[in-house]
Amino acid sequence: MTMTHTLTPPADLATDIEDVARLLTPDGERVADPELDRWVADVDAATLRGLYRDMVLLRRIDTEGVALQRQGQLGLWPPCQGQEATQIGTVRAMRADDFAFPSYRETGVVYARGGKPADFVLAWRGEEHSTYNPYDINTATQQIIIGAQALHAVGYAMGVQRDGTDQVSVAYFGDGASSQGDVNEAMVFASSFRAPVVFVCTNNQWAISEPVTVQAKFPIAGRAPGFGIPSMRVDGNDVLACFAAMRWALDNARRGNGPAFIEAVTYRMGPHTTSDDPTRYRDKEEVEKWRRRDPIARVEALLRSRGEFDGAFVASVEADADALAASVREAAMTARTRDPLTVLDNVYAEPHSGLAEQRERFGAYLDGFAPAAEGV
Amino acid sequence: MTQLTMAKAINEGLRRAMADDDKVLVMGEDIGKLGGVFRITDGLLDQFGAQRVIDTPLAEAGIMGTAVGLAFRGYRPVVEIQFDGFVYPAFDQIVCQVAKLHYRTRGNVKMPITIRIPWAGGVGAAEHHSESPEAYFVHTSGLRVIAVSNPQDAYVMLRQAIASDDPVVYFEPKRLYHAKGEVDLDVQLADAPPMGLARVAREGSDVTLLTYGSQVLTALDAATAAEDDGVSIEVIDLRSISPVDYRTVTASVRKTGRVVVTHEAAREAGVGAELIASVTERCFNYLEAAPQRVTGHDIPYPPAKLEKHHLPDLDRILDAVDRVMDRPNSLSGVLD
Repeated sequence: MTMTHTLTPPADLATDIEDVARLLTPDGERVADPELDRWVADVDAATLRGLYRDMVLLRRIDTEGVALQRQGQLGLWPPCQGQEATQIGTVRAMRADDFAFPSYRETGVVYARGGKPADFVLAWRGEEHSTYNPYDINTATQQIIIGAQALHAVGYAMGVQRDGTDQVSVAYFGDGASSQGDVNEAMVFASSFRAPVVFVCTNNQWAISEPVTVQAKFPIAGRAPGFGIPSMRVDGNDVLACFAAMRWALDNARRGNGPAFIEAVTYRMGPHTTSDDPTRYRDKEEVEKWRRRDPIARVEALLRSRGEFDGAFVASVEADADALAASVREAAMTARTRDPLTVLDNVYAEPHSGLAEQRERFGAYLDGFAPAAEGV
Repeated sequence: MTQLTMAKAINEGLRRAMADDDKVLVMGEDIGKLGGVFRITDGLLDQFGAQRVIDTPLAEAGIMGTAVGLAFRGYRPVVEIQFDGFVYPAFDQIVCQVAKLHYRTRGNVKMPITIRIPWAGGVGAAEHHSESPEAYFVHTSGLRVIAVSNPQDAYVMLRQAIASDDPVVYFEPKRLYHAKGEVDLDVQLADAPPMGLARVAREGSDVTLLTYGSQVLTALDAATAAEDDGVSIEVIDLRSISPVDYRTVTASVRKTGRVVVTHEAAREAGVGAELIASVTERCFNYLEAAPQRVTGHDIPYPPAKLEKHHLPDLDRILDAVDRVMDRPNSLSGVLD
């Protein structure tokens, strides 16, 4: 299952994005794909509903994150609206003991791996760099340096090989990261050592203001075979295709065949972060075109056509989303900033005389405010 | 005790660390069959196999980034950077990932990575093969930085670096690889001096000469020469340049009242600048003269035939000693 391409640059983004494997059309029609079908043969209505529910909840977390930032409660938020199918479809195919290395935008990965409401907002509020213990949810701290985590995933997979288990590590990164040396070096190492790692490249068309055509004159999935890595290019707004492709890739790795690469072709509906202004660099028409390919509406249409989208289900999903949004908001609003001296904690695992001295001095300085604080 | 070169002492350190803990891996370019360009990993592949002695692709960021992943998984990678000047492609992974992951995860993820760097000049090497990048790493919180100067320290401190749950940048002076010394290979790490402890390499009473790594032998030579001239120099081998053992340093400065720092690295914002600032903060009232630096020039490392003009030598150190002793020196009347 290795994708190959001719050396013909895509004429434009519109042409390019149709060159994908797909199981659900934008209208929610289930279509056949000779390679993907067998990976979703067991997917029933309950599973589809679960994926739908996850995507709705992820969108609510995202909506709440944007709102909290606009209200001054968060310093920044990286919206992921439009990318729900890519994130949920791939992450839900993982096993709990697999290990994910997400980027800053993979809110859905943290959610699906077991993230708690505080885990979505407190880092962006500036309270912690990471709110969860990576080993509790087998998910690394979300990475901000572009593409650095791809190498971590490969190294982790090399550790898995040495431990003789069948776990898989997964590197999530974007189309912009595909330009980074780290991602390319990760593919070299993964291929050379047949590391059990899956690369999930979320091609959301934009790296801040740079269109994907600046990163790639050729579909990104087409690069992986050059490294000896099989790849698939899937419709990233099709949760079923993402789920199927990821199952294929994970199975490939678990069976000792080494890495696989998935390019999920999707779209970042919002800004890069809340500090960004995408109206400066992209057309309204383009955004509206992608709005008609909404990944959630697509599953809703499929479920409706099968009579699986009844009022009780909708009401329960909405209630869950409301409750989650409320808990995310509460986590942000009730956050307690740690004591000043804790800023010096955990720089080193073992005592460090230089930092110990700074702690002593800063502690003495802080102590100088104690009488004033007590009103003396 | 055994007579060993520093190269062999490091080799033995790796071998015993790997034998003691099967989570210890070595990885880098050419470290397998070749045994590394300096043969430091010689024989390890035969003894421990390719799963633990990993010949990597030629990609320094790749080596460092995969080491991060292996550490995530509970391994203790010992990474060999082939030459000092080749560490820069791995810089981002070292300063943004290796150094910060423990802090970022509030201590949940340990990064017990040892980064071995054949280091510094004086061996007539090609461009990019003689650099002294230690200040970059000293400036990076989360890293420990070690620079060894003799086979015994090289052996013990490598074992300590590997055993440490913190990442350690471990500088090995290339020009001392073949210097021999007594090594106690059976030393118990628990009984050895802690990794961050400085060593008084030679006692003296007039001037404290602070140095580390490749410059220690030159500093000792300068102290011997100065003795003939009636000046008693105390040479301190810092061994650790992050953290610095200021207890040992200040005890010496308070005794001598005069400080000279020497290192190969360039002067501006170098380790010497930090040492002098810190010593001045701690010992200002004890100082009899302005502390002096003897360093490489603020230039890219020069071609091999000119490196002797860049590297601090015995005479340049003695010239600085004359300055702190208020004796005639090269700057007499120049900078007044």
